[in-house]
Amino acid sequence: MSTVAFLIASAVKVTVIVTVVLMGVAWATWLERKLLGRFQHRIGPNMAGPYGLLQPIADAVKLIFKEDIVPDKAEKVTYALAPIISFIPALLSFAVVPVSDTLTIFDQRIDMVISDLNIGILFVFAVTSLGVYGIVLAGWSAGSKYSLLGGIRSSAQMISYEVAYGLSIIGVILLANTLSMVELVEQQDSLFNWFIFRQPLGFVLFVVCAVAETNRSPFDLPEAESELVAGYLTEYSSTRYSLFFMAEYANMIAVSAVATTIFLGGWQGPILPPFVWFAIKVFFFMCFYIWIRATLPRLRYDMLMNFGWKVLFPLALANVMVTAFLQRL
Amino acid sequence: MLLDTVIFYICAIFAVGGAVMMILQRNPVASVMFMIVSLIAQAVLYVQLSALFVGALLIIVYAGAILVLFLFVIMLLNLRGERFEEERPKLGLTTKYGLAIIFFFEIVIIIKQTVFTGSISQSPITVASDFGNVKPVAELLFTKYLFPFELTSILLLVAIVGAVLMAKKENNDKGEQI
Repeated sequence: MSTVAFLIASAVKVTVIVTVVLMGVAWATWLERKLLGRFQHRIGPNMAGPYGLLQPIADAVKLIFKEDIVPDKAEKVTYALAPIISFIPALLSFAVVPVSDTLTIFDQRIDMVISDLNIGILFVFAVTSLGVYGIVLAGWSAGSKYSLLGGIRSSAQMISYEVAYGLSIIGVILLANTLSMVELVEQQDSLFNWFIFRQPLGFVLFVVCAVAETNRSPFDLPEAESELVAGYLTEYSSTRYSLFFMAEYANMIAVSAVATTIFLGGWQGPILPPFVWFAIKVFFFMCFYIWIRATLPRLRYDMLMNFGWKVLFPLALANVMVTAFLQRL
Repeated sequence: MLLDTVIFYICAIFAVGGAVMMILQRNPVASVMFMIVSLIAQAVLYVQLSALFVGALLIIVYAGAILVLFLFVIMLLNLRGERFEEERPKLGLTTKYGLAIIFFFEIVIIIKQTVFTGSISQSPITVASDFGNVKPVAELLFTKYLFPFELTSILLLVAIVGAVLMAKKENNDKGEQI
């Protein structure tokens, strides 16, 4: 493929994926409110459009037209940059997630992934580890106690859980012998080859750490509203607030997509077209996220740290050792 | 080729500029941020040299973990720029400029001896297709460079044990006082 064709193909792929993800973010908020409503014996949003489906648009319009308040004590530049810093990494990890099998259009083979890096998984971990800066800088720059506490909690939490998060997929890498996301999906060609069955403990650890890494309940200490008002979000308003909000949901979708690719067989599945299978699995994972939020109460902060270092970390290490040992047998 | 060159120059400017700004900033948080910018630009430069693995590690280990710890400490101590301005420089002006000039000439000599001697071949160097991947790096680490690799891990272990020891000691002292 010539350079120009490659550039055009990449631009189209990036545009499509970013658009789909942003749409997904908008209606993920609707899904969450609707499901939470049902879990709590309420109806949830139902006024804007059929089934309240236009609610995200109404919310977006409302947020954009709100007054943008910047506190006097804030470090202005950092305060403005923080929402952007937290939003970009959330979108970046989609660059290596294969959404479908290779398509053939006009005798041109088109990979349904923006870039098939041979270090795909490491790329995902590299960009998600940058997401914490948005939250930390937001907490620090707002010049408010609640924000600062939220930011400090967030950095401590992310460092603690990133260790187990990274270790949880090493078992998969040992079994698959590759770091490429495309090859990982190709290896999970039948149901029992899915890594969720070959690495059950790894999957559980991955899910727990992923929930912690995306700051979702029950690990949403950085924005614990009962003690910190809204944590790092306290001073933010208008579009900047909505960027953080979108980053949270984009991160959830990104983690769901990565979990689908690594553990649930990616686009593999019978009868239906591959990208439909991919969408179904991501949707399932998103519902799981929301289900957890509706079910579990928030952990206390010291419990959270103890759980990360004294339970998840040793379990992840043991998982790696056992897998490596069995692999050599 | 042109695109590569453009990306190289942009990243080179960001890498060096970020490093310079990191030193010039009064505000410690801004320093950390410029260091992150510099590290990301360096990672891109590694990727351009087809050392993808090293680039990814640079971001995961340094930008993703170590600098988060830096920020964490800065935030815990709540350091803001003002405090540093009161400190008196310990070295006199003459010494400072003298050292700077010596360093400058050292760097000029080093660059002259390495870059402009023509010892680097002008033809593009061909590398193996799996160059910079995880496998060749791991193979080298566990065969040719096994000894230095293990030595480094022992050094890190000693540092960790030392850190734990120091943290514990302080706690004990406080406990006795109370």
